[in-house]
Amino acid sequence: MALDAKTVETLGDELYAALTGRHTITPFTSRGLDLDIEDAYHIQQRMVGRRIEAGERVVGKKIGVTSKVVMNMLDVHQPDFGYLLDGMVYNEGETIPMDTLIQPRAEGEIAFILKKDLLGPGVTNADVLRATECVMPCFEIVDSRIHDWKIRIQDTVADNASCGVFVLGDQAVAPHKVDLALCGMVLEKNGEIVGTGAGAAALGSPVNAIAWLANTLGRLGIPLKAGEVVLSGSLAALIPVRSGDSLRIAIGGIGGCSVRFQ
Amino acid sequence: MQLNRETIAQLAEHLENAELQAHDVVKITDAHPEMDWDDAYAIQEEIRRRKIARGTKIVGLKCGLTSYSKMRQMGVETPCFGFVTDYGCVPDGGEVKVAELIHPKIEPEICFVMKHALKGPGCHIGAVLAATDFIIPGLEIIDSRYRDFKFDLKSVIADNTSAARFVVGGQPQPVSEVDLRTVGLVMEKNGVPVAFGAGAAVLGHPAAAIAMLANHLGARGEEIPAGALILSGGVTEAVAVAAGDHINLRVQGMGSLGVRFV
Repeated sequence: MALDAKTVETLGDELYAALTGRHTITPFTSRGLDLDIEDAYHIQQRMVGRRIEAGERVVGKKIGVTSKVVMNMLDVHQPDFGYLLDGMVYNEGETIPMDTLIQPRAEGEIAFILKKDLLGPGVTNADVLRATECVMPCFEIVDSRIHDWKIRIQDTVADNASCGVFVLGDQAVAPHKVDLALCGMVLEKNGEIVGTGAGAAALGSPVNAIAWLANTLGRLGIPLKAGEVVLSGSLAALIPVRSGDSLRIAIGGIGGCSVRFQ
Repeated sequence: MQLNRETIAQLAEHLENAELQAHDVVKITDAHPEMDWDDAYAIQEEIRRRKIARGTKIVGLKCGLTSYSKMRQMGVETPCFGFVTDYGCVPDGGEVKVAELIHPKIEPEICFVMKHALKGPGCHIGAVLAATDFIIPGLEIIDSRYRDFKFDLKSVIADNTSAARFVVGGQPQPVSEVDLRTVGLVMEKNGVPVAFGAGAAVLGHPAAAIAMLANHLGARGEEIPAGALILSGGVTEAVAVAAGDHINLRVQGMGSLGVRFV
């Protein structure tokens, strides 16, 4: 911890104002602040806290920075996480109003829906599979409140892991029915294939990602709760989206998800 | 055709020598800018003839440049096609001697083994699936004979589409058992996952590449024979390999295979 409580609060409020006012702010890491990742999570808590105060409810978590490419880009060797709130939820085929977002990008992912609590440390992949009700295809629409996505790891963590909104797909499958490391994903934008990937792109397996989060939160005494949705990390490159775009993913053995932007 | 028979024979010898002696050359269109598509395939055909005359068996066909983004990059609307040889075939788990190659790269593919002959024009995905005996995962080791992999499409066709070595293995499947669009592929180098993709990365569906091959051959009065093995094209970018590396490929529902470089 390098920042005092007052600064944490001010920075969290600044992000909250950017989120609700749909504008961007300069990266915290370019302001000469002595800011570590722990500080960044405290700022995140403040920003998310403001949303909860305003009436939103936590519905799950997201895991980010799960690919080697993004880790190298941000010069870190571990993922990050943020909170999913009920105001972020969209369903299969729905249209997302562009004026609710700032500079959105789409990621295709596998979402885990939990039926039991998971409390680390010591959570194994077997525990994750036992605690999972089903997995679903999912779009995470990431969005950054930081100007031009000029983020370093502290900026994105503070900004709730750059979470925007998310869309759950048209099918749910029991986790042991699918080889989660090998299931392939095809991402199409306006009918054109713009990316493919496979489960292993997220930390070697999406199950690893969930176990990592349960163990990381467990050290802080926080469980993943039954009923929560956990997004396990992008399986292909991020796709920028504009008004009028229509996107679809298909994940082998799981199902599909589609979304439009207007 | 722009080149005369002597020039075609001389270029085929030049390129085949580069392959057999493992040294690079500059792209042949530098000296022959007037060369057309028919010339390019005629040079490849002459290389094939030279090999057969020496007792080499042609054991399969291959499709190259099968992603829409690469094709757009090169300004063409069809992939390119080549052949693979008996001495290019490496058993699953076997060794590739890098001293016999110039600058090898490896890519994961879905391979088709045909039950019936297939003749274009007019071949489509349905015709390909109906004529396929089974599909099986494969690794293709490409090794352009051109310095620093710098080439244009005509040069690469003449150079037998960079074909060098290949491995097939894992769990064969009938086409009805696999969703070829979403089937996931994860390629690991020395135990680290390095490339991820899904079947749709190949022309939207790997069978589309086989259909285009049948149509390409049909236009020349030839066909894909029954029993043919066909490499349908790289699902991910090609990864450079060196002596000491080992590569493992895992494919959703289709097992795994590997190869070592010495």
